[in-house]
Amino acid sequence: MAKEKGFTKKNFLKGIVVENPLFVSILGTCPALATTKTVEAALGMGLLFTVVLICSSVLVSLLRKLISEEIRTPAYIVIIATFVTIVKMMTSAFLPELYSTLGVFISLIVVNCIVLGRAEAYASKNTVFDSFIDALGMGVGYTLAIILMAFFRELIGTGAFSFGKIFTFIPAFKLQIIPVGYEISLFQNPAGAFIVFAIILAVIAFINNRKNELKTNLERQAKIKKQQEAKLKAEQEKAKQVAEGETK
Amino acid sequence: MQIFISFILAIISSMLIDNVVLSRFYGICPFLGVSKKVKSSLGMGIAVVFVILLATVICWPLYNYVLVPAGIAFLDTVVYILVIASLVQLVGLFIKKYSPSLYKSLGIYLPLITTNCAVLGVAQGNTDQGLSFLDSLANGLGTSIGFLLIIVTFSCIRTRLDSANTPKAFKGLPIALVTAAIMAIALMGLQGLFSGIKL
Repeated sequence: MAKEKGFTKKNFLKGIVVENPLFVSILGTCPALATTKTVEAALGMGLLFTVVLICSSVLVSLLRKLISEEIRTPAYIVIIATFVTIVKMMTSAFLPELYSTLGVFISLIVVNCIVLGRAEAYASKNTVFDSFIDALGMGVGYTLAIILMAFFRELIGTGAFSFGKIFTFIPAFKLQIIPVGYEISLFQNPAGAFIVFAIILAVIAFINNRKNELKTNLERQAKIKKQQEAKLKAEQEKAKQVAEGETK
Repeated sequence: MQIFISFILAIISSMLIDNVVLSRFYGICPFLGVSKKVKSSLGMGIAVVFVILLATVICWPLYNYVLVPAGIAFLDTVVYILVIASLVQLVGLFIKKYSPSLYKSLGIYLPLITTNCAVLGVAQGNTDQGLSFLDSLANGLGTSIGFLLIIVTFSCIRTRLDSANTPKAFKGLPIALVTAAIMAIALMGLQGLFSGIKL
């Protein structure tokens, strides 16, 4: 299969912007709402998610010729569940704070539609390297998306960013941005998660609408210009014919 | 009597106070995806109640009497997801055989339930927290009824939203999420409902 130049880069970047799993495909919403109370928790969730996504994508891609069509969904689910179990045990051993913060949502990566979706839609049809790049892009895109949500929730909800509580190997510090007493703690509650998600989606829809409007406007202008040109040409021709007739 | 009261209280608390969708965030995908029509959300909700109850009844004994004695308790997630996936298939076959009309209305939602985090979340949560069998049952019942309640209410509001005059950017999903946020605020008011009752 001949590939155009820059395919790998495009393949990686599409997961971040054009096909962002959370904001464009609206997949994996459960952890995006539940684990975004703090930026640190969101970063942890994104990391674990990316690891599971990459490992399962690579393995599915390796086994894509062995797994028959009929049993592929159960086979993928078992592969994903195995990697989730491995990640879960590693987390509980090396990052116990992250394990207790995320709780059952580490296990719930199994039923995250993105992992199964990428296995089904991409890894089962493409080479190992392409699947790896695709999974990396999707994982990074998802991580950035939930960090964006956590950024607003933590900033407005607590007025500060605190680090070092979950990743205990970095020294704990707190960055107070909004003065104490002016924070809106609703944003730390479940309702705040829905509101932040709604506003981000609305902003994306607004930008898309604008883009489409601009495009249609440009197209319409181009069309009008073309019509005018055609009209002008026809008139000129007519005038020419009339002029020719007069000379005759 | 004491057991009965605590059973009922556990159901109500996991149904309303700690609602599965609006405060624990399980099952957001079907909550947003299958809530455009009241009828389909009702079908999805009933199917979820069915599968969660069966999954609770099967997964709890499986964990406590098979996985733990065998020393492979770390395999719980793999076992649960297999149990749920085969359960969904089985329930589908069963309903198809005995009530084709019910299958016609529920059938398309059954495959979706495998990837509904509410089912795996309940099964996993029950054993992670070390609940007793009765408590697990109450948790499963309360969670699934809470899901049914919220998804049906939400779909009722959503059908009205279609005719509402919303800003263009908020059309569709964003305004639905804002609605969900307001519902979550309403449920927040129930917090501390049982603080006066001693068990």
